[in-house]
Amino acid sequence: MSAVERFAAPRSLEEALEILRAGEVTVLAGGTDLMPQSHSGKLPLARVLMSVRRVPELQGIAETEGTIRIGAATTIRELRASSLVRGRLPILWQACDRFASDQVRNAATIGGNVCNASPAGDTLVPLLVLDAQVVLVSKPDGAMQVRRLPIAEFFLGPGRTRRRPGELLAAIEVPAPPAGFVSEFYKFGTRPALDISAISIGFGAVRERGVLRAVRVALGAVAPTPIRAARAEAALEGAAPDEQALAAATAAALEAIHPIADVRASDWYRRELVRNMLPRVVRRACED
Amino acid sequence: MPARIDIEFTLNGVRTRASVPPAMSTLAMLREVLGLTGTKYACGEGECGACTILVDGRSVNSCLMFAAECDGREILTIEGLAATERGERLVRAFTDAGAVQCGFCTPGLVMQASALLAADPQPSEAEIRRAIEGNLCRCTGYRKIIDAIVAASSGPDPALAAAGEGQ
Repeated sequence: MSAVERFAAPRSLEEALEILRAGEVTVLAGGTDLMPQSHSGKLPLARVLMSVRRVPELQGIAETEGTIRIGAATTIRELRASSLVRGRLPILWQACDRFASDQVRNAATIGGNVCNASPAGDTLVPLLVLDAQVVLVSKPDGAMQVRRLPIAEFFLGPGRTRRRPGELLAAIEVPAPPAGFVSEFYKFGTRPALDISAISIGFGAVRERGVLRAVRVALGAVAPTPIRAARAEAALEGAAPDEQALAAATAAALEAIHPIADVRASDWYRRELVRNMLPRVVRRACED
Repeated sequence: MPARIDIEFTLNGVRTRASVPPAMSTLAMLREVLGLTGTKYACGEGECGACTILVDGRSVNSCLMFAAECDGREILTIEGLAATERGERLVRAFTDAGAVQCGFCTPGLVMQASALLAADPQPSEAEIRRAIEGNLCRCTGYRKIIDAIVAASSGPDPALAAAGEGQ
């Protein structure tokens, strides 16, 4: 039985934050994860179920002054259809293109994907590579407060984030990648569609006269949260993506991961995937 | 008294009101409250597509959508689609191609095919395959389902398709 007493559908950010401040609220965006999680009892719904899809401040994708702002309620379909995302953030576009199915992409939102904090969340690995920030808003005492966190600091564990009960994820902000930025997203599942990744890999770097700068390596489904592999990044920093650098980066990535064995893959298999696929992902990103 | 939410929306072209529990899915509302059983319940987790409906013209898994979210929206189910020209064309194409075996996935596939054809009247086979990724058929009749969607699209020319049949 559901304990939900009220369904709220605010039409402004102010209104949403007031409802959130009153407490005992479950935030609903696309519902594609919340529905199965609440039905299975994994995530019991609170007294108030608040849909945020009519909040205009959570919509839209726009670039201003070197930052691309993506409203939290933007659907995966909207991201996939966006020429701005495809042109400026191709690694995020790749993840959206391989996201679940058409039906799920039409409903699921980027904010929901981020707040669910699944270690296998498809958009999280690209957002780590892109140094995205989460924009959290609250209204604790009548005035709107905004808190920004690097996405790498946002995740605490499966389903757990640094979002406080009175806070709403309003947007994701991505610094526009510099000239020469190359990137690649790879996800492995047993079928192309609707599979939760056994692992995912994201790579990004600026190519400068044959060497890599500002290297980012992010890995999904190999630890309790999606992670950056800092030592793998260091192994590639200032290097050309040759055999030796890739071997060093792969060895460092394998040190950084703690995969589990579950229905999707064994821990051994996940390690083998990272070992075999990370060099390929880097090479693919660096193809001209 | 358990909480209920009063919602109003357009269902298959008709203004409809319903009073639903806050956590009820759209699928449960359609089948159990409104008596429209053409939309099927299979996995209940968005994996199979049997419950596909159109909301404001976009296909979604009705099992993953809260019924309360239907408020103010335009909902099309297989019952409503069947009464349209595109719906009739799809039903005929599925029948002619033998794309129906047990039939349980059919309403969802027809809805998804309809969404595809509305966006792109002449999809390639690759585009059709991608569009129906979210629909499972456990009789494994995908070949004939794809043939049916090709036939229901405005191309390729039916005469040319018939000529190529024997290959």
